[in-house]
Amino acid sequence: MTTRRDPESLPELIVDSEGSDRQYWRDLLDFRDLFYFLAWRDIIIRYKQTIIGIGWAVIQPLMTMIIFTVVFGRIARLESTAAPYPILVLSGVLAWQFVAQSVAAASNSLVGSANLVSKVYFPRMLVPAATIAISVVDLGVALLLLGAMMVAYSFSPSINIIALPLFIALGALLALGLGVWLSALAVKYRDVRFAVPFAIQLGLFLSPVGFSSSVIDEQWRLLYALNPLVGIIDGFRWSIIGGPLRFPMEEATISLVVASLVLLAGVRFFRKTERTLADVI
Amino acid sequence: MSAVIAEGLSKQYSLGESNEAYLAIRDVLARRSASTIRKVSRVFSSEPASPALDGTTRKVVPSGAFLALDDVSFEIKHGDVVGLIGRNGSGKSTLLKIISRITTPTRGRARIRGRLASLLEVGTGFHGELTGRENVLLNGAILGMKHREIKSKFDEIVAFADVEQFLDTPVKRYSSGMFIRLAFSVAAHLDPDILLVDEVLAVGDAAFQKKCLAKLGEAGQEGRTVVFVSHNMNAVEQLCTSGILLDRGKLIQHSPDVADCIRQYASRAGTDFHFHRWEPVVPVRFNDWFNPSRMYLGDRAGNPVPSPLGATDDVWLHVEGTVEGAQSTLRVGYNFFTSDGVLLYSTWHTDGAVAGEVRLGQGQCHLRSRVPTPLLNEGGFRVELVGSVQGVSALFPRESAPSLSLTIGSEKYGTSYWMLKRLGILAPQIEWEVGTA
Repeated sequence: MTTRRDPESLPELIVDSEGSDRQYWRDLLDFRDLFYFLAWRDIIIRYKQTIIGIGWAVIQPLMTMIIFTVVFGRIARLESTAAPYPILVLSGVLAWQFVAQSVAAASNSLVGSANLVSKVYFPRMLVPAATIAISVVDLGVALLLLGAMMVAYSFSPSINIIALPLFIALGALLALGLGVWLSALAVKYRDVRFAVPFAIQLGLFLSPVGFSSSVIDEQWRLLYALNPLVGIIDGFRWSIIGGPLRFPMEEATISLVVASLVLLAGVRFFRKTERTLADVI
Repeated sequence: MSAVIAEGLSKQYSLGESNEAYLAIRDVLARRSASTIRKVSRVFSSEPASPALDGTTRKVVPSGAFLALDDVSFEIKHGDVVGLIGRNGSGKSTLLKIISRITTPTRGRARIRGRLASLLEVGTGFHGELTGRENVLLNGAILGMKHREIKSKFDEIVAFADVEQFLDTPVKRYSSGMFIRLAFSVAAHLDPDILLVDEVLAVGDAAFQKKCLAKLGEAGQEGRTVVFVSHNMNAVEQLCTSGILLDRGKLIQHSPDVADCIRQYASRAGTDFHFHRWEPVVPVRFNDWFNPSRMYLGDRAGNPVPSPLGATDDVWLHVEGTVEGAQSTLRVGYNFFTSDGVLLYSTWHTDGAVAGEVRLGQGQCHLRSRVPTPLLNEGGFRVELVGSVQGVSALFPRESAPSLSLTIGSEKYGTSYWMLKRLGILAPQIEWEVGTA
């Protein structure tokens, strides 16, 4: 090799106990290819040696939808005026599952990559972030199920559907914040591994998945919206069902603020923990 | 100009009970309440706070903590090939981890100029379910290559690893040899200015190790900076332009005289000294008759001998292994080469049989043969194990046969007339008698 670049022309990198933030974000950009590869790897591995493969992305929301339709629609007799009950439920299930799955996968991701973290340098935030990409793919597949349901119920979506990506992005923002925070916490405290599935189970009933948030009394609505999933789920429903549903302005705004705060706090915590991650993991 | 400058690098780890790993929240709660109780009780007693607990003075290491690196400073120039040596636990790996940014120093800093790649393990991030092709792409990205860079080098990587046929097979079905070849091949095609390598040469068979060494040597000749941890002193001596010796976290020596670093190391090393030794981590199976498990130099009892060797040292080559197919024609021996590859002599264990035959019995065996050090001139030599049975002339393929190297030092004989290196391959002390008429 004769045309070697001159290493002197490169900027000097300083390694100390603090770690520079500017360098970190530059690295994050430099390693973006790794982000794609990590996501791509997880997607490939996920369905290897499974019989129905990507079908798993459909079965979970389908079963949840059937159970919720029976429990809330038939037994509790909650009303849905805007759309057939299964579609109302499914649009909520999709939003819920997207966020819940991302958070669950992300919070275990760093511990699961212990080998990588202790042997190679890269901005570790890529690990929880990449898991969210998988959930986006799963969501895409599950949306096909929604399409099939709509055809079955001869229900046509409104123009609002073009806003769906915005709410998906909002969901991803929240999942990223929670995921980044929990993944770092899980390295230090293995309790997280047990607490997260439990919290997700509870959250399913605290969020308007099986019912419409209009069931909640007017006076409690804003308080209820502090659960950032309310804004996301209502947003999904508004985009998919449209028409008679009110645009969830307050809920979505509150959700955006909460998600941003969570991300901010999550990233700060992550950066603080990251320096000694390889020693602790 | 400098590639790496370390300024007072220290790394502190906590030990035992206070180990940070696997903390559960209840431990933290328990500790908090305990320290509260301590504070409260201190108010009521007149006892002064113990300095160790406060940790106010800089040099005081809190109990339960130890310094893996202690105030290490050095400067590595561009193009240097540095051998980082020291005992297990001397801080070599910690140092590499700090420079490669896997962990941060507790104190001090390192300044790095140039693109840096570290290879602390062969095959980090390889996933058994993925095919060879997929793993190359992924592993390249993990080691810091850009997507287009991996693509452009893909064919080269695959050719070097020699696994073209199995590219679309999941690597979990690879033999361990294929796996390591592919993993190393990806790493070997990185294009860094500074390359950090940790003990990766310890894995794989002898042929693979040779290939790795050759590749590292190449990197050095291309003007790359290489920092390389090894217990293989022959490799360090051959490849490196300077040596850094660490002991218990402290820098003992950093000098362009690699041989001197190694001597220093040898004098401190004691029993865990991996020199003069062939001992694969994974047992190698060569044939159905005799398979050596290790081969090393020592005194007659097998105790380590210094390096370089003195001409008058009593040095024995020890070969331990298992005889699986005992036969009257089974012979084990070795060829003795100069470092330039000139065959000096060849000998078989049956040479020891003055009266009758010496048969190798079934099972474990331990052979030893005295190395004729008084014959040899100063310089490097190589020992290669050979074996044969009737009908099979080479029990070990030449390119992967067990081998080790040794060096004869310059102080040949204890006479003031023998100062300079003699011409010739051999330098035996020839008898002379001087008379007057």
